[in-house]
Amino acid sequence: MQILMIPEIGHYALVIAMLMATVQGVLPLAGAATRRPMWMAYARPMAAGQLLFVAIAYACLTASYMLDDFSVANVANNSNSMLPWYYKLSAVWGNHEGSVLLWSLLLAAWGYFAARFSRELPRDMVARVLGVLGLVGMGFLAFVLITSNPFERLLPNVPGDGADLNPLLQDIGLIMHPPMLYMGYVGFSVVFAFAIAALLGGRLDAAWARWARPWTNLAWAFLTVGIALGSWWAYYELGWGGWWFWDPVENASLLPWLTGTALMHSLAVTEKRGAFKSWTLLLAIFTFSLSLLGTFLVRSGVLTSVHAFANDPTRGQFILMLLGITVGLSLLVFALRAPRVGHKVGFTWLSRDALLLINNILLVIMTITVLMGTVYPLLLDALDLGKISVGPPYFNALFVPLTLVLALFMGLGPVARWKQTPVRLLVSRLWLAAVGAVVLGGTLPLLFAERWSPAVALGLVAALWIVLPMLRDLFEKTRNASSLGAGLKKLSLAYWGMQFGHLGVAVTIVGVAVVSNYSTEQNVRMAPGDSVEVAGYTFTMNELSHREGANFVADRANISVQREGSRRSFMMNPEKRLYLATRMPMSQVALRPGFLRDLYVAMGEDLGDGSWALRVQYKPFVRWLWLGGLLMAFGGVLAVADKRYRRLATAPDPESRALDTIRREAKA
Amino acid sequence: MRPKRRQKLYLSLGLIALAAIAVGLTLYALRSNINLFFSPVQIAAGDAPLERQIRAGGMVKEGTVARDPESLDVEFMVTDYVDDLEVRYSGILPDLFREGQGVVVVGELQPEGWLRADQVLARHDENYMPPEVAQALEEAGYAPEDYQAKAAEMGARIDAKQQGASQ
Repeated sequence: MQILMIPEIGHYALVIAMLMATVQGVLPLAGAATRRPMWMAYARPMAAGQLLFVAIAYACLTASYMLDDFSVANVANNSNSMLPWYYKLSAVWGNHEGSVLLWSLLLAAWGYFAARFSRELPRDMVARVLGVLGLVGMGFLAFVLITSNPFERLLPNVPGDGADLNPLLQDIGLIMHPPMLYMGYVGFSVVFAFAIAALLGGRLDAAWARWARPWTNLAWAFLTVGIALGSWWAYYELGWGGWWFWDPVENASLLPWLTGTALMHSLAVTEKRGAFKSWTLLLAIFTFSLSLLGTFLVRSGVLTSVHAFANDPTRGQFILMLLGITVGLSLLVFALRAPRVGHKVGFTWLSRDALLLINNILLVIMTITVLMGTVYPLLLDALDLGKISVGPPYFNALFVPLTLVLALFMGLGPVARWKQTPVRLLVSRLWLAAVGAVVLGGTLPLLFAERWSPAVALGLVAALWIVLPMLRDLFEKTRNASSLGAGLKKLSLAYWGMQFGHLGVAVTIVGVAVVSNYSTEQNVRMAPGDSVEVAGYTFTMNELSHREGANFVADRANISVQREGSRRSFMMNPEKRLYLATRMPMSQVALRPGFLRDLYVAMGEDLGDGSWALRVQYKPFVRWLWLGGLLMAFGGVLAVADKRYRRLATAPDPESRALDTIRREAKA
Repeated sequence: MRPKRRQKLYLSLGLIALAAIAVGLTLYALRSNINLFFSPVQIAAGDAPLERQIRAGGMVKEGTVARDPESLDVEFMVTDYVDDLEVRYSGILPDLFREGQGVVVVGELQPEGWLRADQVLARHDENYMPPEVAQALEEAGYAPEDYQAKAAEMGARIDAKQQGASQ
């Protein structure tokens, strides 16, 4: 068998990338501290070089997968010659080593783009931002090289075929979910670097916030999509029909999302009002630290789940050390330098400033409750105080009421003005929305379902209370324009971003409320000829058959579904697959998706006498969960596209320059 | 200066009040939602509480899985090779559930000594011994020799059976 040199080239490229990251982390920071332009000038080329060489390494690993080079341990453990090519592509990150390499690749990419789109920034700021990113990159590349080398060989005993990819991961959801999630996690490193640079340089003004905002919004949008995809994947792949399990791994992605959301809002205050500066910096540090904590939880093997590949304690220790150094150093820098950047700005209790402060406090409380529920069992276990688990009831008991309180303030926020809002204005703008939300929210559940549920009504009131004041605000903002179209055109993209972001939250709240309370699930025993009725649909099993796929064999049920009062029927074909290489069984769910409801049939187990256990579910509004997530992410991207950020890349236009002057004067 | 100071005072008071409420709620919710883990040997010794949700785990004992022919009720024994625990469950068992595999069941222990499971989680253990169970046995004073031989024996039997099935 011919042995290709590709893995060695990849390994070598990784070493070069780490050296470049080291130079990027050390020289520019030292140059900024000692005012040496030559040293600072290393930042951009090194960022580009780091990306190039990590990309080469990543391409080499991908090539080993595509060529079925089973002499590479990573390929032998996670791929198989029968695996379709697109799963070979995604199998690269479907394992510990590959996923950390993907992490490093995305980090290098964010670093490169930060270097590319920072032409307008002062030189020392660029040097510091890229320097911090270089240090983070160095840490992760060292982690890959020392503990998780993906290019390790199995020589001379090369296996004839690979062990195959975990069947749960052979799915479109896995192709998309981890890269999106990682883009979010890693993206927060940029705003983290901005925060550390601001602390080191002592510069934290409106311009700084304007630079940091688009990066934060973009990372947040990616993370939102990543979480939504993960939830969607769990829904149809795990065969339970659940969309959120409060699993520690899910929580690990929710934690930076919550602080990231707080950070976006806090940055808005820092930009517009020059307030909350220290708080913004702290949030940036926490958000990235929580991203690292998430990586630690998932990658260290302290958790048992589909996500935990590694069980090597040295890896856990390394990430824990990386986490400790990052949090410790950045908090130290914060403690030493934070007082220099802060200055006080006054506002009253009924102002957008104050409402955003409340928003931040609520989001941080949510973060702490989720963090406690996630880490508490791990801490007890580590201290040998017993093995416990914290179940969903804990999280629901805290998270749901907190979300409702948050929704209350989300209704007020967009309508309120900076600094001070007259009570009369708020009342006159909002009384109609309040009445509308309560009346509509209270009655709509009656139209949809036979049973009125207080929980659903509450959820709908909350969602409407978010949406209706925004509509009113749109009306106020456009009514003085010559026409509605002209009025809408004048609104900034950032404003639309806010609108879509909040609309997404409302849509998700509706989805959660309805699907949690109006779902129907029946576990039934069915043989060909049997039928069962669930939520007005009749499911009849026609026949059971056998089918052979590329790398699996499957038992397949053919089920016809008919809606009450309708003549048309349609087919659903759930499968129970057995993957040949791993001998792992897996349920392939049959889904009938819809805007207002999903029908869901999963095969449980063969009961022996020709009948099967089936899980039949009716899930109203379940799509709204993920639709809301997409709307939120769309809002985030819209806000990034706002022209006041675009100006950073091009020369400042006269209009915005004039605006800036006005702003500056107003502030003085 | 004065209004500003008052604002600060309100802010800190508000923060403290909110934090206190949050911590109180959190501790309350945590206390009522913690599920402790017990191994069959601990349950046999009477360590586990009744009428409270607990988690129990071990291996599914060979030849004990019995399905009711009419419904989705199922009974099986969970063993740690020292003591056994009878589990009753109604519903669909997870894909990885099999004789000789590690399981964790969540449910309430009944006065008669069996466990009514609301949830059954299965997972694949290479050496036929979940780490929590090994730890529980160690704490109960059993030396590894007492159960490891049995575990290996059962593992070998099941491996042989699977080999036979796949050929």
